Amino acid sequence: MNALTFKDFATDQEVRWCPGCGDYAILKSVQRALADDGADPANTVFVSGIGCSSRLPYYIETYGFHTIHGRAPAFATGVKLANPELDVWVVTGDGDGLSIGGNHLLHALRRNINLNVLLFNNEIYGLTKGQYSPTSRPGTNSPSSPAGSVESPIAPGRFALGAGATFFARCVDIDQKGMPGLFNAAKDHPGTAFVEILQNCIVYNKDVFDDVVAKKNAPDNQILVQHGKPLLYGKENDKGLMLNTKTLQLEPVVLGTDGVSLNDIQVHDETNPTLAQILVDMGPGAPTAMGVIHRRTAPVFDQQFWGIRPKARKQQVNSLLRTGNLLDRR
Amino acid sequence: MRASLFGQKIKVKQPLGTKTSHVVRFAGDSGDGIQLQGQQFTVASALAGHDLATLPDFPAEIRAPAGTRYGVSAFQIQFGGERITTPGDAPDVLIAFNPAALVVNLDTLAPHSLVVVDESAFSAQRLKRADLASNPLDDGTLDHHEVVRIDISHMTIEAVKPHGLGTKDSLRCKNFWALGLVLWMFDQPREPTQTWIKSKFGNNEQVRDANLTALDAGHAYGETAELSHILDQERIPEAPLDAVEYRTITGAESLALGLVAAGELADTELMFCSYPITPASSLLHNLVGLEDAGVATFQAEDEIAAVCAAIGSSYAGKLGVTSSSGPGIALKAEAIGLGVATELPLIVVNSQRAGPSTGMPTKTEQSDLYQAVYGRNGDTPLPVVATRSPADCFDAAIEAVRIALRHMTPVILLTDGYIANASELWPLPDLETYPDIETRRPTTEDSGSVFQRNPATLARLWAAPGDERFVHRIGGIEKDIDSGNISYDAANHQSMTNLRTGKIASVADFIDPQTIDQGHTSGLAVVAWGSTYGTIFKAVKDALIAGLNVAHIHIRHISPLPPNLAELLADFDTVLIPELNNGQLATLIRDRLCIPVQQLNKVTGQPLTVTEVRAAIELYATRQEQSAG
Repeated sequence: MNALTFKDFATDQEVRWCPGCGDYAILKSVQRALADDGADPANTVFVSGIGCSSRLPYYIETYGFHTIHGRAPAFATGVKLANPELDVWVVTGDGDGLSIGGNHLLHALRRNINLNVLLFNNEIYGLTKGQYSPTSRPGTNSPSSPAGSVESPIAPGRFALGAGATFFARCVDIDQKGMPGLFNAAKDHPGTAFVEILQNCIVYNKDVFDDVVAKKNAPDNQILVQHGKPLLYGKENDKGLMLNTKTLQLEPVVLGTDGVSLNDIQVHDETNPTLAQILVDMGPGAPTAMGVIHRRTAPVFDQQFWGIRPKARKQQVNSLLRTGNLLDRR
Repeated sequence: MRASLFGQKIKVKQPLGTKTSHVVRFAGDSGDGIQLQGQQFTVASALAGHDLATLPDFPAEIRAPAGTRYGVSAFQIQFGGERITTPGDAPDVLIAFNPAALVVNLDTLAPHSLVVVDESAFSAQRLKRADLASNPLDDGTLDHHEVVRIDISHMTIEAVKPHGLGTKDSLRCKNFWALGLVLWMFDQPREPTQTWIKSKFGNNEQVRDANLTALDAGHAYGETAELSHILDQERIPEAPLDAVEYRTITGAESLALGLVAAGELADTELMFCSYPITPASSLLHNLVGLEDAGVATFQAEDEIAAVCAAIGSSYAGKLGVTSSSGPGIALKAEAIGLGVATELPLIVVNSQRAGPSTGMPTKTEQSDLYQAVYGRNGDTPLPVVATRSPADCFDAAIEAVRIALRHMTPVILLTDGYIANASELWPLPDLETYPDIETRRPTTEDSGSVFQRNPATLARLWAAPGDERFVHRIGGIEKDIDSGNISYDAANHQSMTNLRTGKIASVADFIDPQTIDQGHTSGLAVVAWGSTYGTIFKAVKDALIAGLNVAHIHIRHISPLPPNLAELLADFDTVLIPELNNGQLATLIRDRLCIPVQQLNKVTGQPLTVTEVRAAIELYATRQEQSAG
């Protein structure tokens, strides 16, 4: 039936994000992903919480449910359990998903229910006018932290993997080429697929990811990981990550320097949760990992849920009532 | 047998001999199997043709330290050859397994009760554990009661010896020994208990046979000469029951069956999403056993997730149901508001318990009425329905679902810890006689907006994902009254607020008019709701026999109230509202009907007694004038 283009996945509603907001590109990429994949609008549901990112369902011509703050994974769980045939997406942000809603995200990931979670991480509360968020870096100046925030931030990847995520990917909001494919990889993953999108809040946290995202920095500060391939990056693709077996860290190295050869470079294995943990935890001086960092198969909750239950009504109540110890006075 | 078992000559024939109903209370440690003993006795009573009502009364601790007063678990049953609507104000038979179980229940006993004690449990050490300086069996404490001392522990150990259990395991059979004795006392059948033991311990023959032996031994003990010179076996007449089938049912069982029955009537599958909490968890446990009857149960990570998953299910086309007690309902409030805003059907069951905060989880109360009616941000009305008894949960659940699907709205169904755990004899309904529940699912002819409304119910269409005709977005932001799109328009918000108010008000157009449960149409109206039904029924019945000008009006629909209620109450001089709270229905009635009301309030964690309600009736009711005829 499907000759739908990305435009067919746009609603008639006026998009109301700030001019220049990274959300526009993400929205387009989601629409493009749906079109590329031949998605059926009637069988697709976008569920969101509260925040700038959570407005997204209003702009996508599928079923959509804009719910309450932090609870989108719980609503989505209900939708998916009620009808496992549906393709269910969760759209959330760093405040919605990791602060007020951290619990629900944790349990969705732990259960491995078949949802696709897009977390827009801009390291700030946008819709409430710029307070620091649980992913804000220490020292973030904001209306609620004028002296700089003193809290230790949570890394979404570390959180997800800690909760048992079976799919974790990362991308940046300006990567319009890469995002649709990555979103469809999430969609195709059986289980909870978690995608962290580094998103630029142009008003309250402008260019916070510039060290990674800006054109001049990207080649040396990002690494696109690919399953089965050595972890190489850099403008000349001559930089790589080598496992230091003493520190259990991936260390940036340069091919041909200090005797480093291609054989020394760690090969990416997306099914290895330990490697994924190291990749999301790389410290200063190392690039930020992008792409599918972790993907493995595990039992899927909605399949398990219905695997042990009758799928339809078999018993009539009238007969159920008339079992056990009855006193028959007829 | 030891001669000392019976002590001095006791006359107990009379207190038990002249009655058509009895109140028996079993009491022991929370690990003694008291609740099981009570449940088995309940089934036996029903099969013997008696009407009945029960009151389980247990501590919050699962296995409280043995012998302590706070660890006492009790089960009370009133049964007999007449209409029984309460578990009884005062037991006339107490079976006490230890000193603590005896002393904490002494104050509730009727004068000249029969007290059966396990004599071996009254050791110096056990007395100390119960904070007793002297032995109540010997110090005159029980002078006004008839006491039967039996070394139940010893007799049980002796009886089950052939089965080769250790002492500890042998002693675990003593509840069945005592049950056997009590079944003999009231000439009730052992078969249901035997069947239960066989199915429960089917794969452990040793334990199964020991328990069967203990049951028979207790029964034989009563039957042989040992007790017959002190205690007549009671033959209570059968109750005047209708020519239908009956079974005993707890509120949690009945509510579970009512929910799946409603699903059947609506041709809708249910998703029950909840998080464990006392005393609501029993509903989850019962529904797990009904999953082949059109319900799936999901244990969520918390109360909020439970209601959100239920709402998500409703959005996806299966009726979402969530259940909790007051603290959990508080957590669900924001999501319930979303259910109201998005106009999705949802059932929220509140098994009320004593509050505030954690309060007393195993003790009953009716103090969440304000929470149900008013407890949300914004002008967020929703229908509130209350159950009145264990069996009534079945019809109340169907009514709640009927309203939710007819009007596309969340509905709060109020029950309480007492109803959830208590049981009564239930004339089985025939679901074929219930009208189908209509839903707002689109028909094959429908198309267009999901916000097209039924003019009488103001309900929108219930279109679910998968239907290509109705691809749409909903959310918690105010929506345009026509298109459903986001709208911050001032006049539109006024219109939507009016619509939400009108929609819930329209529920009153469809509910049955309020009737008088019994009594006169003027004088004193005793108006109540929820689990006080049985007690008030009995108190008013007695007062009517005594010639008082009184009526009982029990309300199912808390919000909106039945439209004829004001008119009905206008003919009464006085309205008295007994409640297990500080006056919440009283406030609502004053608010909605602008009439003065008198209150009877009790918050001890225990149900009202007939005596308490009767005393209040005496205070406000007038005597009927003697009729000339």
